[in-house]
Amino acid sequence: MLDRDEDILKAAEDWQKAGRGVALATVVETWGSAPRPAGSSLVINDEGTFLGSVSGGCVEGAVVTEAMDVIQSGKPRMLEFGVADETAWNVGLSCGGTIRVFVEKVG
Amino acid sequence: MKLAILHELNAERAARRPAILVTDTENGEQRLVKAADFANDPLRAELDKQLRMGKSGNVEAGGKKLFLNVYAPTAKLVIVGAVHISQALAPLARSLGYDVTVVDPRTAFASPERFPDIPLVAEWPDTALPPLNVDAYTAFVAVTHDPKIDDPALLHAFERNCFYIGALGSRKTHAKRGDRLRAQGAKDADIARIHAPIGLAIGAVSPSEIAVSIMAEITAVLRLPPKEKEEAA
Repeated sequence: MLDRDEDILKAAEDWQKAGRGVALATVVETWGSAPRPAGSSLVINDEGTFLGSVSGGCVEGAVVTEAMDVIQSGKPRMLEFGVADETAWNVGLSCGGTIRVFVEKVG
Repeated sequence: MKLAILHELNAERAARRPAILVTDTENGEQRLVKAADFANDPLRAELDKQLRMGKSGNVEAGGKKLFLNVYAPTAKLVIVGAVHISQALAPLARSLGYDVTVVDPRTAFASPERFPDIPLVAEWPDTALPPLNVDAYTAFVAVTHDPKIDDPALLHAFERNCFYIGALGSRKTHAKRGDRLRAQGAKDADIARIHAPIGLAIGAVSPSEIAVSIMAEITAVLRLPPKEKEEAA
């Protein structure tokens, strides 16, 4: 995608250098009418501050929670969100799409 | 993501050089491939395609599931000539995601009333263009019809290797322009890069239709593979 977003990758680097735990969440696959295309990302630090987006705001809360675990463990994980996806994460995309989000630690 | 990779990626982005981050989504292994290194990469066909489309996506290679995250600079459009066509072209290009700047030393043309919300530089090309950092991710159009303005602008566009260079004028006008530019040191290969008459041949009549034909041509040059590009031209 054209690189028009606020500079969240720069923020990720700055946070990490300032000694914060940082995770990066990236949309890697979408089906249906997902709100943000593959490549969209969200950075999260260990204080719970985040920048960017992986959806229109529907699943960011759940992604931030997962990201906290990833910062702790250092192990990447793949999250999947979809409509009526109650068993998995108890949040879904109201638009009816499905997205997969890869969450990894920075540093 | 390793900090070294993130640092390298941010440096490429700051320099407006494209790069693709390749991630094995099973185990998190990553590598960054700079555009300059695509030709030597085992995934070169996939990397070229994703970059041309400006689109991130998944591929399978050597039994691995890989996510290719494309980091391409925001494309710029520099319009030399604050003319009627430009009034339609600037907002259209912006809606397509381009950072647009209009250059015209004639202040009666380059006025905010005629170009609300569009960055305007009311200076001659020699002064106006160097600070705009015109580069290979810039489309460049010269539409003043005035050689005093268009010619130095086009010479700058050659030097900066713009991905698209277009100029207004009939074939006859363009032939004369070629002679003038050659006299100022331009090579035949430079002249051949100019799309003139400008825009795809869609029978455009009004300034807005000409703007559509120009943006269609720029889009084709940006997105199509080389062979199909020739066919569209």
